Amino acid sequence: MGRYVFKLPDVGEGTAEAEIVAWHVKVGDVIHEDQNLVDVMTDKATVEMTSPVSGKVVALNGAPGEMAAVGSALVELEVEGAGNVKANGGAPVKAVPAKAAAPKVEAKAPEAKPAPAEHANPAGMKAAFATRAEGDKPLASPAVRQRARDMGIELQYVPGSGPAGRIGHEDLDKYVASGGRSARGGGGSSYAQREGVEEVKVIGLRRKIAQKMQDSKRRIPHYAYIDEIDMTELEALRAHLNDTRRAGQPKLNVLPFLMRALVKVLPLYPQINARFDDEAGAVHRHAAVHIGIATQTANGLIVPVVRHAEARDIWDSASEVARVAALARDNKASTGDLTGSTITVTSLGALGGLATTPVINHPEVAIIGPNAIIERPVVRQGQIVVRKMMNLSSSFDHRVVDGYDAAAFIQKVKALLEHPATLFMD
Amino acid sequence: MAETIHTKVLVIGGGPGGYVAAIRSGQLGLETVLVEAARLGGTCLNIGCIPSKAIIHVAGEFEAMAHAAKAPLHGIALKTAPAIDFAETVKWKDRVVKRLNTGVAALLKRAKVRVVQGWATFSDGKNCTVDTKDGPVTITAEHVILATGSVPVELPFLKFGGPVISSTEALSLATLPKTLVVVGAGYIGLELGIALRKLGVEVTVVEALDRILPLYDATLVAPVAKWLEKNGVTVHLSAHAKGMAKGKLNVELKDGKTIELAADNVLVTVGRKPATAGWGLENMAVDMAGAFVKIDDQCRTSMKNVWAIGDLAGEPMLEHKAAAQGHMVAEIVAGQKRRFDPASIPAVCFTEPEIVSAGLGPGDDAAKGDDVITALFPFAANGRALAMDAGDTGGFVRVLARKSDHRVLGIQAVGAHVSELSNAFSLALEMGAVLEDIAGTIHIHPTLGEAFHEAALRALGHAIHI
Repeated sequence: MGRYVFKLPDVGEGTAEAEIVAWHVKVGDVIHEDQNLVDVMTDKATVEMTSPVSGKVVALNGAPGEMAAVGSALVELEVEGAGNVKANGGAPVKAVPAKAAAPKVEAKAPEAKPAPAEHANPAGMKAAFATRAEGDKPLASPAVRQRARDMGIELQYVPGSGPAGRIGHEDLDKYVASGGRSARGGGGSSYAQREGVEEVKVIGLRRKIAQKMQDSKRRIPHYAYIDEIDMTELEALRAHLNDTRRAGQPKLNVLPFLMRALVKVLPLYPQINARFDDEAGAVHRHAAVHIGIATQTANGLIVPVVRHAEARDIWDSASEVARVAALARDNKASTGDLTGSTITVTSLGALGGLATTPVINHPEVAIIGPNAIIERPVVRQGQIVVRKMMNLSSSFDHRVVDGYDAAAFIQKVKALLEHPATLFMD
Repeated sequence: MAETIHTKVLVIGGGPGGYVAAIRSGQLGLETVLVEAARLGGTCLNIGCIPSKAIIHVAGEFEAMAHAAKAPLHGIALKTAPAIDFAETVKWKDRVVKRLNTGVAALLKRAKVRVVQGWATFSDGKNCTVDTKDGPVTITAEHVILATGSVPVELPFLKFGGPVISSTEALSLATLPKTLVVVGAGYIGLELGIALRKLGVEVTVVEALDRILPLYDATLVAPVAKWLEKNGVTVHLSAHAKGMAKGKLNVELKDGKTIELAADNVLVTVGRKPATAGWGLENMAVDMAGAFVKIDDQCRTSMKNVWAIGDLAGEPMLEHKAAAQGHMVAEIVAGQKRRFDPASIPAVCFTEPEIVSAGLGPGDDAAKGDDVITALFPFAANGRALAMDAGDTGGFVRVLARKSDHRVLGIQAVGAHVSELSNAFSLALEMGAVLEDIAGTIHIHPTLGEAFHEAALRALGHAIHI
C-alpha cells in the first residue's frame, strides 16, 4: 500500500491559485481512476479535477470557498503499489493554501449573525399554528380580540399557545415583542410579516463576480455617457433581413449591428479598444477587436468573448455571439473563451430600461450598454413623429479616455446606427 | 317655523338596538338625538320579550295552583280552583313595562341623549323630518344609525283584525279566549300558546312544516313536544291555515282533508320582517340584502356614515344581537376600532320546558362527522332538577366539541329555567373554552348548571353522576 498525493495542477494561463468550489468525494470513499474529485475555479473558468489513480481517500485539504495554490496537495489517497510519496514519510502532507488566511476568516466569521432562532425559525411559528385547523376563526377571548383590534393586529397571524390554539394576552404581547406588526393607523394589514435570514456564502463564481466588480469600481474612475439613437431605419433593415434570411442564418438582434458599428469606429479611437495595466502604467491598444459579451447564466454573470469581431460580418457575429453565450450558459466555456476581450457589450435585451451605468470589465477601458428600443414621439422638422428610439449607455475609464473622445466616439457609433447603410460601406 | 336640529349622531328607533346605541354615544360624549314614534324600548320591551315573560310567569303560577286544586301537589291542596282576571294580569304586565320605559328614558337623559317623539321620514341619507306633536322637526346628522326593528308577518288570507291577532294583541287581550289556534309553531307562537294553555285556554297549533321549532334539532325540541301532547295541545304538522269563516279556522291537513277549528282567536306567528316601509328608506340609497338592509361586519350600510343594526339588518332577529350592534356602532362612530364577530349569538325559547342554544348544534354541517364529540347530561340525574320537580321533562344539557383539540363548538339545553344557563354557555364559547376548561371549573352544588359540568365531563369520558 502506498500513498498518493493529488496536487492542484496548473490549470492554465499562469494561474497561481484556484478556488475550491465543491468536493465530490469524502474521506473514506473508495474511488476509481478518472472519478471527479473536486471542482475548482480559476479567474475564468470552473474546472473538474479528476483522479489520475484509483484508491481510498484519506484526506481532503481545503473547504469550498478556500483558495488552493497550484502545486498544493488537494487530496491524499491510499493506493495499491507505491504511490507517489514515501509511505514512511509519516505525517500527511500539509496543504499549503495560498493566501488562505484571509478568505478563511471571511468564510468562518459571517458578517451578519442570523436573527435569534425564535424569529428566524419559521418552523417554530408553524408549530404554534398546528393546533388551529385551517380556516378556523382564531380562538381568543373577547378582551383579547378587542385589544388586538385596538392595536391593529389581525389575530389570524398570532400564534396561540393555549389549548386548541387559543390566543391569550401573553401571546399577543409576544407577537408584538417579536416584531409582529402593529398597524400604524388604519384597521391593520392582513399581510403576514416574513421572518428569517438566510445566509448565502459568497463563494465560487459569485465571489469572482464580487471581486471583479469591486476591483473595477475601486480602480476605475468611471465616466458614463448616454445618448439616444433613432433606430427606426435600422429596425426596418433588421426586420427585412430576418424575414429574408436563408436557412442556417441566425436570427439577428441589435447586437451584431452594434458590434459592426464598434469595429468601424474603434480604429479612430484606439485608446478605447485597449487594456490598461495600471500597475505597469501602460495602456495596450489592440488592433483586433475582441468583444466581451456580458451573459447572464444560472450561476451569475459571465463574459465570453467574440474574437476578431472586426473580421466578422453581421451573420457571423450573430452566430458567434450565440455560440459563446451558449457555452457560457452551459458552463462549457474554456478559459480561452472567457479571456482576452478588449471591449465589452452588455445588453439586457427587452429589460434594457431607459439607461444603465455599466461597470467596466477591468482591465478594459470601455463598456457599451444598449437600452430598450421604445416607440417615442420625437420632433423631426417641427413635426411630432413616432420613432423607434434607443438609448445607448456607456462607461469609460476616465484615466485613459477623455470625456470629449468618449462622446465623439459614441456620436460616431450613433451616426452609423442611424444610417445603417453606412455600416456596410468603407 | 319648523325647528332644525344638527347633530353628530341620529338614532332612528328607540328599541334595544337604538337606545343602547344612543346611550353609548352619549356616554362617549357624542351629541346624540334619538327618534321614536311610540314608546321607548321597542318591540322587546313593550310588545315582545318582557311582556311575554310576565304573562308566562303568571301562567306558570296559575298552572301550579290549578294543579293543586285538582289533586294535592307535593302536599299542597287547594279547595277551589284558582280564578284568573286576565285584565288584571295585563295591567300588572303593563306596570312592569311602564317601569322599564321610564327606566330607559332616565338612562337616555342621563347620557344626555335628546329624545324626539314622532315619526321620522328621510329625504336622503343624512336628513329627515320628524312629525312631532309640536310640528315638524328637521334633523340633519353626521351619522345615522337605523334601528327601526321588525313587524309581524301578516298572512294575506288571515289579515290581522278581529279575532285574528299578532303577538302584540295576544299580550294585551281584554279577556282570555276559550279556544285559540296558533298558526306557526316558531318560538313566539309556542311561548304564547303554551302560556295561554297553562291559563286554561284550549290551544291548537297549526304548522306548515313537518316539525315544531324548526330552527332547533329534534332532540332538543322533543321535551316541548312531549309537554304539548301531555297537556292536550293538538299540533297539526304539515298543515295549512286557509282562512276564517264563521268563527272557525279552515285548515288543510297533511292528508289533504280540510278541517274546521273552533277559534275565538287565531294567533298568527309566522315570522317577522324588517320594518323597511314608511320612513323613507328608499330615499337613502342604501343597498339591500333581501328584505334586510345590507351591512358589513361593522354594521356599515352602503351609504357612508349610515349604519343599520338589529332586526332591520338581518337574522337572527334577537334583542341581544341588536344591543351588541348598537353598542359597537356607537364606539366605531367615536373612533374606536370595533368589529361584530361574536363566537355565538345564543337563542332562547321560553317554552315549557325552556330551550337554549349557543354555537353549533348537531344539525349544523360544521358539527357533523366523526371529528365531533357530542355529550349529553340529563336533568333526571341532577339533584336540583329533581328537587324542583323538573327532572322528568326529558331535559338535558348537551355539549359539542371537536375531537382533535376539545374546542367547544356548541352548547344546548332544554329544561326548566335553562334560560339562565345560557350566559354560561356563551361565556364558554366567547372565551374559547376547551372541554377541560369547563371540567376544571368548580360548578356550584346544587344547581342546574352542574349538568353543564357533567356534560363536559361526559364528553371527556368520565362523567361522575351518570
